[in-house]
Amino acid sequence: MFNKILIANRGEIACRVIKTARKMGIATVAIYSDADRQALHVQMADEAVHIGPAPANQSYIVIDKVMQAIKASGAEAVHPGYGFLSENPKFAEALDAAGVAFIGPPKGAIEAMGDKITSKKIAQEAEVSTVPGYMGLIEDAEEAVKISNEIRYPVMIKASAGGGGKGMRIAWNDDEAREGFQSSKNEAASSFGDDRIFIEKFVTQPRHIEIQVLCDTHGNGIYLGERECSIQRRNQKVVEEAPSPFLDEATRRAMGEQAVALAKAVGYASAGTVEFIVDGDKNFYFLEMNTRLQVEHPVTELITGVDLVEQMIRVASGEPLSIAQEDVKLNGWAIENRLYAEDPYRGFLPSIGRLSRYRPPAEVVKADHVVRNDTGVYEGGEISMYYDPMIAKLCTWAPTRDEAIEHMRIALDSFEIEGIGHNLPFLSAVMDHPKFISGDMTTAFIAEEWPEGFEGVTLPEITLRRIAASAAAMHRVAEIRRTRISGRMDNHERRVGSDWVVTLQGESFPASIDADPEGATVRFSDGTEHRVTGNWTPGDQLARMSVDGEPLVLKVGKISGGFRLRSRGADLKVHVRTPRQAELAALMPEKLAADTSKLLLCPMPGLIVKVDVEVGQEVQEGQALCTVEAMKMENILRAERKAVVSKINAGPGDSLAVDDVIMEFE
Amino acid sequence: MKDILQELDNRRAIARQGGGEKRIEAQHAKGKLTARERIELLLDEDSFEEFDMFKAHRCTDFGMEAQRPYGDGVVTGWGTINGRQVYVFSQDFTVFGGSLSETHAEKICKIMDMAMQNGAPVIGLNDSGGARIQEGVASLAGYAEVFQRNIMASGVVPQISVIMGPCAGGAVYSPAMTDFIFMVKDSSYMFVTGPDVVKTVTNEVVTAEDLGGASTHTRKSSVADAAFENDVEALAEVRRLVDFLPLNNRDKAPVRPFFDAPDRIEQSLDTLIPENPNTPYDMKELIQKVGDEGDFYEIQEEFAKNIITGFIRLEGRTVGVVANQPLVLAGCLDIDSSRKAARFVRFCDAFEIPILTFVDVPGFLPGTGQEFGGVIKHGAKLLFAYGEATVPKVTVITRKAYGGAYDVMASKHLRGDFNYAWPTAEIAVMGAKGATEIIHRADLGNAEKIAQHTQDYEERFANPFVAAERGFIDEVIQPHSTRRRVARAFAALRNKKLQNPWKKHDNIPL
Repeated sequence: MFNKILIANRGEIACRVIKTARKMGIATVAIYSDADRQALHVQMADEAVHIGPAPANQSYIVIDKVMQAIKASGAEAVHPGYGFLSENPKFAEALDAAGVAFIGPPKGAIEAMGDKITSKKIAQEAEVSTVPGYMGLIEDAEEAVKISNEIRYPVMIKASAGGGGKGMRIAWNDDEAREGFQSSKNEAASSFGDDRIFIEKFVTQPRHIEIQVLCDTHGNGIYLGERECSIQRRNQKVVEEAPSPFLDEATRRAMGEQAVALAKAVGYASAGTVEFIVDGDKNFYFLEMNTRLQVEHPVTELITGVDLVEQMIRVASGEPLSIAQEDVKLNGWAIENRLYAEDPYRGFLPSIGRLSRYRPPAEVVKADHVVRNDTGVYEGGEISMYYDPMIAKLCTWAPTRDEAIEHMRIALDSFEIEGIGHNLPFLSAVMDHPKFISGDMTTAFIAEEWPEGFEGVTLPEITLRRIAASAAAMHRVAEIRRTRISGRMDNHERRVGSDWVVTLQGESFPASIDADPEGATVRFSDGTEHRVTGNWTPGDQLARMSVDGEPLVLKVGKISGGFRLRSRGADLKVHVRTPRQAELAALMPEKLAADTSKLLLCPMPGLIVKVDVEVGQEVQEGQALCTVEAMKMENILRAERKAVVSKINAGPGDSLAVDDVIMEFE
Repeated sequence: MKDILQELDNRRAIARQGGGEKRIEAQHAKGKLTARERIELLLDEDSFEEFDMFKAHRCTDFGMEAQRPYGDGVVTGWGTINGRQVYVFSQDFTVFGGSLSETHAEKICKIMDMAMQNGAPVIGLNDSGGARIQEGVASLAGYAEVFQRNIMASGVVPQISVIMGPCAGGAVYSPAMTDFIFMVKDSSYMFVTGPDVVKTVTNEVVTAEDLGGASTHTRKSSVADAAFENDVEALAEVRRLVDFLPLNNRDKAPVRPFFDAPDRIEQSLDTLIPENPNTPYDMKELIQKVGDEGDFYEIQEEFAKNIITGFIRLEGRTVGVVANQPLVLAGCLDIDSSRKAARFVRFCDAFEIPILTFVDVPGFLPGTGQEFGGVIKHGAKLLFAYGEATVPKVTVITRKAYGGAYDVMASKHLRGDFNYAWPTAEIAVMGAKGATEIIHRADLGNAEKIAQHTQDYEERFANPFVAAERGFIDEVIQPHSTRRRVARAFAALRNKKLQNPWKKHDNIPL
């Protein structure tokens, strides 16, 4: 076994690898860029080597620099994590040349699976089910039409070197095939410098389901069940689970065996993932093989009890697998939610900055449930613009899917992140979505269910009532404390009453509170009653309440005369008033939010570098208006529609906050 | 007998009607509450004790004798806010437009005298069309009587004004002399002369809102300390402020139960200061993480944002906070920020509220605008205010403390009691680059040498230890333990006694 390994990565995956290495008694070396000096992976590792400036292409993916770090630290092996150099055959080669073990598959396997056309050919030879399609290079549009007809519509026209949706078109008829071929080819040429195109069957009601395989250098290979990764936003996975709610045992075995066959066909040795697309009739087709540890590997670990990183390290050190296929038992259900520093209310715009508050839920390992949080950040740390915006991977496990989802809901509600925009509310919305709950989702789930983007959550009546009941009880506690101030007139103290009116989401709930030492019973005017308990005290930013025996976790902020409460993806302004206060408050005019459609607002805190237009100038849709520099990134703000500039409020050198008005239009 | 008792109830009912159903409706239609409704929201339930309910004016000119409504356009009395006594007057716009008559003024003066005698704050809810023109000079005399009491009460009991409707002409000068002015957005305005006069005299066309609305006074003129969405919110926030304030200048600031450990460690503060000394950070995060329960009552949030002023609590006790804000103008001192902070410091000192100062100041803002505007005297106000203050003073330098601004910001030399610095502090006459260019003027042409000199200067002075060696810094502390250290410092100062020499009053550079 190795004595020391280097982790050629950063963030949560570097931390995750370090944890296993430490458990195995292996010393760890972190590498870090300028932006990561204070990063968690650097703090966790036994030693750390600086490898250059913040941009990854000047640090984490520069093979020479990583090789120097390996040499300097004397590491015997390297775990590449995912991304960066993990699937770079040149890196594997360099390690080989230096006599350092690569904790990953052999270079040949990386190369074979790295190209979409080659990998598909190998898959077919290994009798892996592939999407019907034409593998050869297609000369022109007419040939594309001919092939499309052979495969039968709908077809997908794809760039061989493509990824991330680029150079990809769907065609339902000859005209679309002709047009799609041309545009894919152009896009592929400009994006990848490689205009090779292929055509395949377009799968309807597609699900993304992948098989985890594990092979050693002695010719053994097993599969560790599947992961359902259908919930994606623009090809970025958001929620994963294992097992898939869709697969049956027979399909699972067929997919697993084919995946292992493919791995063996390329001499695979390490953990790897074979991705399939599965249609509504459980037909599955090979998509590609990822020759690395996947981001979502924890869900597999949670249902199999296998530490995949440990297995990778053992395989890399030459050990044979200690697990046989029959030892692999899928136990319970695991769900992963990826927390991204992306603001769901602003079209999932990446958000960067200081984590003024970062309190993940406590990790728990119990017989009836597990909460696991893989993270690479900490409170007071920075989300930098240079890297992936993922903050954490929150996983829950429980014997059943429903229980795992319920634990996830609570865990999301308990997760405190402030200072940056993040997708927690959106994840909560997914966890409460009926389609997700029923397990009936395709890769189009997010696009279909939130076609206009995410605009928050409307809570069901019962949840609203429970939140209202909690708010009433909490407000009463806060008001009683206020009456205990010094300097009051003896015998003429304020008495806090028991009648309150709670207003939230435009609804008013008159309530009467009956408090006792254990909690409070809140009775609404329609006669319904809710029992509220919890140990919230004024100032606590997280209230762990129990209402009617059901857990309710609220993030608590202050607003005048009440609270800002966040739970289950909703962000509520909650006022708690006496009946008389409520009566008078009802007389107050509703103030409409200012119309900002004629304003250019600063989307992020930053510095104005340049203003490209003048007062009176007519601008066209898409025209650059000004440049805002944020965290050294120049962001060009463009006109959303044709308009005339009527006023410019900021000039070069001004530093602006979010939503500051930069210019106004007529 | 019963009839006689009934008579009282009848008269009370009439008095409570104010200007009558229609005018009350009109008041509501403007999004405003009536004088009595406002008092209900301001005070604890059922705690209001009214004075002079039946007082009526004595004017007989212009047919005024025909209308002598009870109360004469203002409701006065006392009540409690969370059990603590306050005096209040609330002008009733439904009666003669809330205009101030001789008798109206007498009512206000009466409660102000009571407040002074009994040592309790005065809260004025202003909603008045101005002087009662029919009364002429009697009305003006009334204003002046109120002014004189505002002046006498200043520094004796806290005075709070809430502008909840018009407040124009001479009427503005009573609020102007109180400690805090709050406004209600969209329904209040204050100006000495209104848009019509402005148009006549200067030809400027301006709306009442632009001339004297809440936005103008919180952002531009700094006349108002905060603005709120509506009457309900404004009155709730006044209650919140009163919870921070002592009842009078002989009283200690209030204490209330707290749910936040004084020794709470905030590890994240260790990374608050960015690695690059020119990168700003949000000082409010520090204030919120140091104070009890993250609760911060900010004063003049919208004005001179390069300095932050407001109240927090430590161990349940009120502390006034002054802090440079690196996010705005790099946190430098200038005319506006000096004035803003000076007034706040003097309020705290007048009412025995300890002062916590967080310093990250690169100096005074240069420029003709500043010099022509008199930054020398305005800056001196803050210096003066800190120097004369005898309340407990604890200072924490987080990063820059350069030049004269270092002296100003509650330095040891201005009788700071506990002067702490974070290890990231740089206490120097100026930044390294500027200093080097002066000291080593001869080497200006040689970039290499200058760089070396700059580095040398940084190593020597860009830290808190030079100041610590001299005792100007009592202790260099870890950022994460700031709350504990500051709380203990104020605990140690609870019995502080310090007196300035006798004088009639000082001569602060106004």
